[in-house]
Amino acid sequence: MPLTRRQRAALIRYAIYAVTLALLAWVALATDWARLQESFFDWQIFRSLFPDILVRAARNTLIFTFFGFSGGLAIGLVLALMRLSPVRPYRWAAALYIEIFRGLPALITIVLIGFVLPIALQVRVPGTYGPGSLALAIVTGAYLAETIRAGIEAVPRGQMEAARSLGMSHARAMVSIVIPQAFRVILPPLTNELVLLLKDTSLLFVLGTTDQTIELAKFGRDAVADTFNGTPLVAVALTYLAITLPLTRAVAWLERRQKRAVRG
Amino acid sequence: MNQAASPAIELIALEKRFGPLQVLKGIDLAIASGEVVCLIGPSGSGKSTLLRCVNRLEQPTGGRILIDGENICAPDCDLDRVRTKIGMVFQHFNLFPHLSVLDNLMIAQCKVLKRNRAEAESKARAVLERVGLLDKIHEYPARLSGGQQQRVAIARALAMDPEMMLFDEATSALDPELVGEVLNVMRALAEDGMTMMVVTHEMGFARRVADRVVFMDGGVIVEAGHPDRVLGEPRQERTRRFLQRVSDR
Repeated sequence: MPLTRRQRAALIRYAIYAVTLALLAWVALATDWARLQESFFDWQIFRSLFPDILVRAARNTLIFTFFGFSGGLAIGLVLALMRLSPVRPYRWAAALYIEIFRGLPALITIVLIGFVLPIALQVRVPGTYGPGSLALAIVTGAYLAETIRAGIEAVPRGQMEAARSLGMSHARAMVSIVIPQAFRVILPPLTNELVLLLKDTSLLFVLGTTDQTIELAKFGRDAVADTFNGTPLVAVALTYLAITLPLTRAVAWLERRQKRAVRG
Repeated sequence: MNQAASPAIELIALEKRFGPLQVLKGIDLAIASGEVVCLIGPSGSGKSTLLRCVNRLEQPTGGRILIDGENICAPDCDLDRVRTKIGMVFQHFNLFPHLSVLDNLMIAQCKVLKRNRAEAESKARAVLERVGLLDKIHEYPARLSGGQQQRVAIARALAMDPEMMLFDEATSALDPELVGEVLNVMRALAEDGMTMMVVTHEMGFARRVADRVVFMDGGVIVEAGHPDRVLGEPRQERTRRFLQRVSDR
């Protein structure tokens, strides 16, 4: 008896489930659980990482992320407005900046700010967190600029016209009417950038870390070297997830709430 | 210049071109204070462009625009100040979706006219009352019907205490059953003596409310006069053909 289209689709689905389960079972059976636990889930070592992993490493990661993202937002907003400016040199300058710092690996930019800048100009970025935060802000700014520009362009032209017709200046209309709406539109990609930045803090080790600036990834690798065991990496991985998961969930909640307010 | 004698709006040899396309070909029109003028004509005739030139959302490429006798095309003219005197209502309402009705009505009062919040809120309540939507004061625009949104948009313009109002096809985007409530608000405004320039396809409104009807086609004013005359006994062939087409619908 020939199968209906729906029956055939169901059959294919069950086949996929079966293959997936078989693969998982094979991996589970092939795994040497005892050695895995010994090398990556050593409870003694895991416990020994606390509280340092939280009060120093995670804290520093969050501090770099905060300053990097705040600075990046400011730089990105200025660049986005420059990209949309009727003044051609502004547009060119912003495009040049974006192309360079989006094109360079973040690692190179961090080295530039940390080492090349002090040698070339005899200036050091002040503050314990200064050089790292600035380098991250510069990179994030380049990415955010295009996102913010797209957000501003997504706000209907009539919004600016209505604001201007009420006597608002262009700048006032941007600040009060267009930019708040643009940020609503770009909230999801913005969260994406934030999570990417959080993970990019792991590149700051090239600046050389002190006890004061050590962040999660470097902390984990040092602990691996000290203990000859992989457990710290697992602990670090869980700590990253403990930060990013609530963050992305919170943004998703914010988004749903806004949709309800705006869409009715 | 004698302010009292100047028309509220005066357009002199107004021209507008978009690249090679000349949309306005020398428009002369004067509108007295308190007068209601309806602009009618086929789409593409330049009537919306003309209206948008009056508060310079479009930059004219020739001629002059005088508001209360002041040339607003002069380079030293403070456009933002002039625009507070000219309320504008758009086809697509253009309410600010991220703000409540109250904040839509207050933001320009506070940021532009520098009114304090209490003053701005009582003004907002007064104009909402006028358009019959005081009960929607805390709603967001998206929760209102098209007709209600447009009445809020009218209230938003009125909150600035404008001397004149521009309506750019204010009812064209509305479902037919919602057109009436907006036209009623506009008629009440006209009866209160507001100076109004209305681009519209509503011939009934033009006939009943306008002091003068201006028929435009191809970027020029074809004929203008009392609504009964222009709509009832048009002198120009182009006007007759247009009215014929509109009434056939």
